[in-house]
Amino acid sequence: MAEWVTLAEAIATHVHDGDSVALEGFTHLIPFAAGHEIIRQGRRDLSLVRMTPDIIYDQLIGAGCAKKLTFSWGGNPGVGSLHRFRDAVENGWPGPLAIEERSHSDLANAYVAGAANLPFAVLRGYAGSDFARVNDQIRSVTCPFTGEVLAATPAVRPDVAVIHAQKADRKGNVLLWGILGVQKEAVLAAKRAVVTVEERVQTLDAPPNACVLPSWVVSAVCEVPRGATPSYAHGYYERDNVFYKAWDKVSRDREQFASWVKRHILETQDFAEYLLLQREAKEQATLT
Amino acid sequence: MSISYTSDEMMTVAAARMLWNGAVCFVGIGLPSTAANLARLTHAPDAVLIYESGPIGAKPTVLPLSIGDGNLAETAETVVSTPEIFRYWLQGGRVDVGFLGAAQLDRFANINTTVVGSYEKPKVRLPGAGGAPEISSSAKEVLIVVKHSKRTLVNKLDFVTSVGFGTGGDSREKLGLSGKGPVAVITDLCILRPAPVSRELEVASIHPGVDRKTITDSTGWEIRFADGCGSTEVPGPAELGALRDLMARTARAHGVEWEEA
Repeated sequence: MAEWVTLAEAIATHVHDGDSVALEGFTHLIPFAAGHEIIRQGRRDLSLVRMTPDIIYDQLIGAGCAKKLTFSWGGNPGVGSLHRFRDAVENGWPGPLAIEERSHSDLANAYVAGAANLPFAVLRGYAGSDFARVNDQIRSVTCPFTGEVLAATPAVRPDVAVIHAQKADRKGNVLLWGILGVQKEAVLAAKRAVVTVEERVQTLDAPPNACVLPSWVVSAVCEVPRGATPSYAHGYYERDNVFYKAWDKVSRDREQFASWVKRHILETQDFAEYLLLQREAKEQATLT
Repeated sequence: MSISYTSDEMMTVAAARMLWNGAVCFVGIGLPSTAANLARLTHAPDAVLIYESGPIGAKPTVLPLSIGDGNLAETAETVVSTPEIFRYWLQGGRVDVGFLGAAQLDRFANINTTVVGSYEKPKVRLPGAGGAPEISSSAKEVLIVVKHSKRTLVNKLDFVTSVGFGTGGDSREKLGLSGKGPVAVITDLCILRPAPVSRELEVASIHPGVDRKTITDSTGWEIRFADGCGSTEVPGPAELGALRDLMARTARAHGVEWEEA
C-alpha cells in the first residue's frame, strides 16, 4: 500500500546512492519536484534511465548526482541542446557519465518487458544502424517460428521509478491522463515507486479503462501541487515554454548553472519555496 | 503575379505537398511537424498525424514546441501510451509516411542525429535517436525535410542513426527493413529523390531562383541531377497564407519568439 508522506521523506526512504532510477513523463507530467528533491538530498552515483532526459536530467547530471544515463533522446525540446548533459559527455564535467544509448521504440519495449517480468525486449529495429557498434547490449534473437532475426535488448528494471500524476485518493490509488508516456510501465517495472500528484482527493471517480495505478503497486505518494513545472499537467497548468528557453542560457555556463542550482534547489526547503522564487523571478522578468 | 517568399517557406510548402489527403503520417518535431500541419490545413484535411508521444489524429491549432504538447493530446482522436504507439501503430505497419528531419544526411538518405566526430569523444553530442530509427525502417515510406548545406548533406556520416538505403542498391532490402525507405528529401534549395537502381539521392526538382551551382556547392558529395530534373512550382497564395497564419498563431500561443527546432 502506498504511504502518504512528504516528498522529502519519500526520497529519503526510497532513493539511495547508487540506485538505478527512472523519472519518467514524456514531455507531460515530468516529475521536476522529485528530481529537485534528489538533488537537494545530495544523492550520488545514480544510474538514471529516461527516454527523454529533458531539463530535469540536465539538472541532475550537472549537479553531480549521476554516474550513468540510459536514454533515447537527450535534447531541450523545441529549444536545442541539453548543455549539462553535453558537457558531461563531451568533457566529463562534473564527472564522467557513462551512457547507454537506445532508441525510443527500444526503451518503450524494454519498459514493457520489465513490467512483464521478462529478461529482454524484442523488436524490429536497429538493422543497418551503428547502435550495436557502440552498445553491446543491443543484440539479436532469431524467431523460433519464422527464422526472422530481431533486435533483442535488456529489459529496464529500475530500483525505483518516480512519476508525477494528476490525482491520488486517500488510499493512494493514482490517476493520470493525457499523454501517458511509459509511466505505467516504469512503475510496474521498478522495485519501488514514488508518485507525486497535483492533488489528494477523496475518490478518483475514474471511468473504466482509465490509467489508474492501484495503491498496492506504489511505495509512496506525495501531494506536490505544480510538481511537474516547468513541464505541464493536463487539466492543471500549461508548459512553461519561457523557462525551457531560458534554461538554454542558464545551463550553458558551469558557474551560472551551479549558482542557479544553489539558489533554487539547494538553498530552498522544498518545491513550494522553489516555486515562490520562480514567481518572484518572473515578476522581475528574469529567471536567474 | 506571385507573392514574394523565403527559401524556408518554399521548403515547407514543397514538403507539405508531398503528403496526400488521408495519409497516415508519423510526424517528427520541428520542420516535419510544420510541413505536415500545413498539408493538413491546405490540401490534405484528412491526413492523420501521429506523434510519438501518443496522440493519433492530432489537429493542433498551433505548432507544438515539444513532441508532447498538450495541444496534441487535446485535438487527437485518441491518445495511447508510448509503447503502444511504437508497437501497435508503427511496427504494426499502420503508418503510410514517416516525416523526419536530420542533423546529417548522406547520399543514400541515411540519417545521423547522434554525434558529430567520434562516438567516444564527440565534437558535438546531438540529442540521439528518438523514434527515428524505427520510423525510417517501419513506415511504408519516408520523407525527410532538411536545410541544405555542406554541414548537413555530408559525404560520410559520423554515425548511422536511422537507415535510408544503407550502402545503396538493394542493401535496404537485404537488411530486411519493411518500409520502402525515403522517397524524397526536401530542402530549401531543391527536392532530391533516390535514383531507381543505385538509390543515390539526385536532384529531381530545383526551387525557383536557385541555380545548379548553388546546389552543388552546398552538398558534401558530388551531387547528380536527374534526367528530366524539373523546377518546383512556386508557393501559391493559399499555401503561403496558411503557413504564415500558422506561424503567427504559434508565435502568439507560445509566448516566446518562435524558431524552428
